[in-house]
Amino acid sequence: MAAAYAVPRPSFLASRFVAVSAILLVILAVWYVGAIFLNTNAQNLFDARDGRTPTLRQFIESTWSQSKPRLPAPHQIAIELWNTTGEIALATKGTFVERVQKTLANRQGLFYHTSVTLSSTLLGFAMGTLLGIGLAVLVVHVASLDKSLMPWIVSSQTVPILAIAPMIIVVLAAVGITGLLPKALISTYLSFFPVTVGMVKGLRSPEPIHLDLMRTYNAGSAQIFSKLRWPASLPFLFVSMKVAIAASLVGAIVGELPTGAVAGLGARLLGGSYYGLTLQMWAALVAASLMAGILVAIVGFIERRVVRRMGLAR
Amino acid sequence: MSATLRNWQGFPAILAFVTLLVLPVALVDGLPVFVAGLGVEMILVLLLLLFALFAATRTDAAPAGDLALAVGALAAAALTIRYLPGAELAMTEAARSAAAAGRSTMLARIAIVPGLWALALLAWLLAWQLVSRLAVARGPNSSAHFLLGIAVPLIFGLSLLFLWEILARGFGVPFVLLPPPSAIGAKIAASLPILLADFRQTFLKAVLAGYAIGCLSGFLVALAADRVASLKRGLLPIGNLVSALPIIGIAPIMVMWFGFDWQSKAAVVAVMTFFPMLVNTLAGLTASDAMQRDLMQTYAATHRQALFKLRLPAALPFIFNALKINSTLAMIGAIVAEFFGTPVVGMGFRISTEVGRLNIDMVWAEIAVAALAGSLFYGIVTLIERLATFWHPSFRQS
Repeated sequence: MAAAYAVPRPSFLASRFVAVSAILLVILAVWYVGAIFLNTNAQNLFDARDGRTPTLRQFIESTWSQSKPRLPAPHQIAIELWNTTGEIALATKGTFVERVQKTLANRQGLFYHTSVTLSSTLLGFAMGTLLGIGLAVLVVHVASLDKSLMPWIVSSQTVPILAIAPMIIVVLAAVGITGLLPKALISTYLSFFPVTVGMVKGLRSPEPIHLDLMRTYNAGSAQIFSKLRWPASLPFLFVSMKVAIAASLVGAIVGELPTGAVAGLGARLLGGSYYGLTLQMWAALVAASLMAGILVAIVGFIERRVVRRMGLAR
Repeated sequence: MSATLRNWQGFPAILAFVTLLVLPVALVDGLPVFVAGLGVEMILVLLLLLFALFAATRTDAAPAGDLALAVGALAAAALTIRYLPGAELAMTEAARSAAAAGRSTMLARIAIVPGLWALALLAWLLAWQLVSRLAVARGPNSSAHFLLGIAVPLIFGLSLLFLWEILARGFGVPFVLLPPPSAIGAKIAASLPILLADFRQTFLKAVLAGYAIGCLSGFLVALAADRVASLKRGLLPIGNLVSALPIIGIAPIMVMWFGFDWQSKAAVVAVMTFFPMLVNTLAGLTASDAMQRDLMQTYAATHRQALFKLRLPAALPFIFNALKINSTLAMIGAIVAEFFGTPVVGMGFRISTEVGRLNIDMVWAEIAVAALAGSLFYGIVTLIERLATFWHPSFRQS
C-alpha cells in the first residue's frame, strides 16, 4: 500500500529542467528583440551615413552584428568569448604544457585575466574563511566578545567596503605593497562576514542536552569544540562558504578597478567601458559569471562529499 | 574559574599604574615630566584611577564599581589624548630626534614617553573590564536591559577609536596611511556641505530610487510566479544562480545605457536588489504550514484572501530578510557604479578623486558618512521589521 502514498514523479514536461530551459529561452528571445531596439538608433545613423536603405530583414541582421553595440546579441558575445579563449589556445604551438603556459600568459586572452582574478579570489576566500572561523570561535567562547564584538561585525558590513577598495589599493601601493595581497584583502573583508555569522550559528547549534553529555564526560572546552561543536557546525560552514566565495569574487573584481586597467576581469570591464568596447565588457561579465557558478559548484561538490562522509546526508 | 578569567585585567592594570607613577608621562619643551610634575588635575585623575583599580580587582559586580571603572577609563583616556603629541608635531619632532640620533622614526617615538603608553594601556584595560562586566550583567527591567545592549558595543567601539587614535598619533603613522579619528572628525565638520551634496546625490537619489524599484519589482514578479507553478519552478533556480553572480559588473553597461547621472546608478541598484527579493519572497510564500493552508481552504478562502491573510504575513520574515540584505547591497551598488562615470558629485566620485589626490582624511570622512547612512538604513529596516513581525519567535522575549 505504501506505493499509493508515494509522491508521484512530475512528468517530463512539468520537470524543473523543462521549466528552467523554457525561461532561459524566453530570456534569450527577449534579449534578441531588445538588441534590435537598443541598437536601432546607432544603426539608423550608420545607414544614413552610408546612404543605405536596408530591408527590415537586413536591418535586423545588422543590429545584431554591430562592432560596438549598446546591447550585443548573445551570439556576438559567444563569438567574442571564443575569440579570446579557444582561438588563442588553438593558435599556440609546442607541447601541451607549453601551450597551456602560453595561453595563460597571453594578455589578449581571457584565460590570463581570469587566472589573475581567480588567484586573488581564492587567496581572499582562504583568508576570509580562516578569519571568519577564528572570529566565530572567539565570539562563541568569550562571553564579553559576543555582546561587544558581534554588533560591530554586523555593522562592519554596512560600511561599503567596495567604496574603500580604491583607497586600500592606492594606500598600500604607496607603502610598497602591490600585486595580489591588496585585492585579496578586499575579498577577505567581503567573505569573512558570512562565514562568521554562519559559524557562530553553527558552533551554537549543538543542543544543550549534547553539551551536558559532554560535561558529564568531563570534557574540556577544547574537547567539546573538536568533538561536538566543530562537527555540528560543518553544514553551516559550507552554506556560508558558498556565499563567501561569490562575495570574494565580487571583491576581487572591484579590487581590480583602481589598478588602472592592468590585469584581471575587473580591468577588462574598466578598459571596455573607457573605449566603448561593449563586446569585451560583456565577455568579461560572462566569464566572471561562469567563474562564480563553477566556484560555487565546487564548494557544493565538496560539501556533498563531506556531508556523506560524516553520515549527515539525508 | 570564570571570575578569575573575567578579572585578569586587574593585575596588569596595577602594573600599568605603577609604571605610570615611576616613568615620565609627557614631554614639555623637550624635557621629560613625571606624574608629580603635572599639578592638581593629575592628582585628581590618579585618585579616580585608584578607585577604578580597586573596582577592577573586586570580583563582585556592583553598579558603583562599574561607574568607577567608567569614570577611571574615561579620565585616563582623556589625559592620554591631551598629552599625546599632535599628529603633525609628532612627526616633525620624531623625525628631528631620529635624525639626530641616527635611529628609525618609530623607535624614537616609543622611547620618549613610556608613562603615557602605560596610561593608555590602563585606560584600555579598564574599558575592557567594564565591557566584560556589563556583558554578563542583566538589567533590572527591560528598558535597562535594552540600554545595556546598546552600551556594551558602544563602549567597545569607543575604545577601538581610542586605540586607533593612540596608535596613529603615538607611532607617528604617516597621515596618508591612516589619519587619526580626530583628524577625520575635523574634516567632517569642515566639509559638511560637500558631504551633504554627495549624500543627496548617491543616497537620496540613486540608492533609494533603485532600492524601491528593485525590491518592488522583485516582490511583484514573485507574486506573479507564485500563481503559475511552472514559472516558479523555473525562476527559483535561475534566481538562486543569479544571486551568486557578480552583478556589480553590469555597472559600466548601465552607465552606458542610462547616462552619467543618478539614473544609471539606480538601475544598477535595482538589478542588484531584484533577485534577493525574488528568491526570498518565493521562499517565504511557501513558509506557511500545510495545516494552515488547509484551514484557509475549509473557510473557502479565495487565492487572494489566503494570500493576504495567511501566506503574505507568514512570508514577512523572509521579505524583511531580503530588505535587509538589499539595504547594504544598494549602498555598494550605487557607490561602485559611480567609479564608471558620474557628474562631479556623489560619494563614489568623491572617494575615487580624493584618493587620487591622496586626501585620505576626506576619503575617511566620506566613508564615515556612508557607514552611518548604511547603518541607519539597516537599522530603520530592522525597526520596521520588529514592528511588523512582532509575533515571530525570534523577537519574543524568552
